[in-house]
Amino acid sequence: MDMETGPQDEVEAAPALVVKNVSHRFGETLALDDVSLEVPRGKFVVLLGLNGAGKSTLFALITRLYDNVSGEIRIFGYDVRRRASAALQRLGVVFQSRTLDLDLSLKQNLLYHCALHGIRGREARTRTARALEIVGLSDRAREKVRNLSGGQARRVEIARSLLHRPLLLLLDEPTVGLDIGSRESVISIVRSLVETEGLGALWATHLFDEVRATDLVVILHKGRVLFTGPVPDLLAKTGTPNISDAFRVLTGTTATELAA
Amino acid sequence: MSLQGTTTGAGVAAARSSASAWDMDPPRLGPLAYYTCFKGIVWREVLRYLHQRERFLSALVRPLVWLFIFAAGFRQTLGVSIIPPYETYVLYEVFITPGLIGMIQLFNAMQSSLSMVYDRETGAMRTLLVSPFPRSFLLLSKLVGGVAVSLLQVYAFLAVAYFWEIEPPLYGYFTLLPALILSGLMLGSLALFMSSVIRQLENFAGVMNFVIFPMFFASSALYPLWRVKESSVLLYHVCQLNPFSHAVELIRFALYGQVNWISLAAVLGFTAAFLGGAIYAYNPSKGLIGRRGGPGAGA
Repeated sequence: MDMETGPQDEVEAAPALVVKNVSHRFGETLALDDVSLEVPRGKFVVLLGLNGAGKSTLFALITRLYDNVSGEIRIFGYDVRRRASAALQRLGVVFQSRTLDLDLSLKQNLLYHCALHGIRGREARTRTARALEIVGLSDRAREKVRNLSGGQARRVEIARSLLHRPLLLLLDEPTVGLDIGSRESVISIVRSLVETEGLGALWATHLFDEVRATDLVVILHKGRVLFTGPVPDLLAKTGTPNISDAFRVLTGTTATELAA
Repeated sequence: MSLQGTTTGAGVAAARSSASAWDMDPPRLGPLAYYTCFKGIVWREVLRYLHQRERFLSALVRPLVWLFIFAAGFRQTLGVSIIPPYETYVLYEVFITPGLIGMIQLFNAMQSSLSMVYDRETGAMRTLLVSPFPRSFLLLSKLVGGVAVSLLQVYAFLAVAYFWEIEPPLYGYFTLLPALILSGLMLGSLALFMSSVIRQLENFAGVMNFVIFPMFFASSALYPLWRVKESSVLLYHVCQLNPFSHAVELIRFALYGQVNWISLAAVLGFTAAFLGGAIYAYNPSKGLIGRRGGPGAGA
């Protein structure tokens, strides 16, 4: 079907996301410097970096807001530049900024997204209902998004990112501005999707407490990847007891800089 | 239902079947899928418009103010001689109606391009652009959505104007439709192009001063061009080159079941140029989005 590039098994065995040697500049500033990382299938990967580390730039490149000029980005083996359609069909995104139509209902918002993926009619309605069920907002389907709290709106955005059943989720600081309860529920929804449905997830954050010991971690600092691997390796490598200390040692930032 | 704790085989199977095979390969995007996407984008534009009551009202009130007040005031001062497509002397109100229709579409185009700038910042534009369909198709659909909204506005205006002695032949309402679609596409693609290259577009006052007013006044919307020629030949040429003049003339003739071929050709040409520019500007590899630095909000 759409296996024109490369042998079939190559695509089938490919990790959910591969970013290889990607650099990107805005004018004079090098926003990403030779970034490489990988999200294996069915893994929860935390992209850890402070504001301005280059997380959003990386997301913009993966979602093809603009093209990566150097290196390559593959989603399940499909190059996002050459096989954009196949790559984007397998990708669900929750952007950092709010992207719902406030004056439309939850359902209208989700049906619009179904249409953006060519899903229509009863299938679209079934998927919309199911996605709202997953994020626990079934009873509010007809309400306007304007009436939702920040955390609920985020959950709708997660529901939306699931409609076309992607096997890779990209979440750009999804918990920013949420209270503790909402944060918990947003994280646990995504984690259980990873566990039960086998989705790969790349979760960008600057909040260390969102990392679990079983996660994979990528540390991005000033456009460069300083570490990628499991949490225990990170702690062993830096000889520190916790993630925030490890981050500080790796990046050479002080506690006050982190607090800022 | 809970997603957690489905560690048993049956639980996982249940979760999978209720999600109806998450790991299925995505379907092919055939013509039907394209149509679905197109319809979805257009429908969203219309829905959003209908939900914004102020926008609906102002789009109707603006041309009516021109018709009721401005045209009434100028009725006596400005005589319009018989020029095609008119076969008799016409009231000034009748003369400027096509210009006001053009104005509706011009405002609508600029507003939707503004909303696109706003969309780009809130991220709604990015949600659109991560759709697996080709980007040019997505932008074109978005454009048609804006045109659909302008059609609603124009016909609402004509309905009210009918009671103000603006009574074109009945068939004129039908022959007007293709002209409106073309002029709407032209103005929409101009706005789309501007939204991708001009940063200052967020400010609607700026757009009014630098785009809407010059385009509207230096055109055949309010006065026949032979009158402009009498006072300034240079301005006459400016008006003739103004894409908006051609949109207005196309509309004017279509309202009486006629075709102004020169304007038709001009509108088609301008549409192709603006649309090409917009698609180029939104192309991720050549695009102008990336060069401006930083994706929308945040770092």
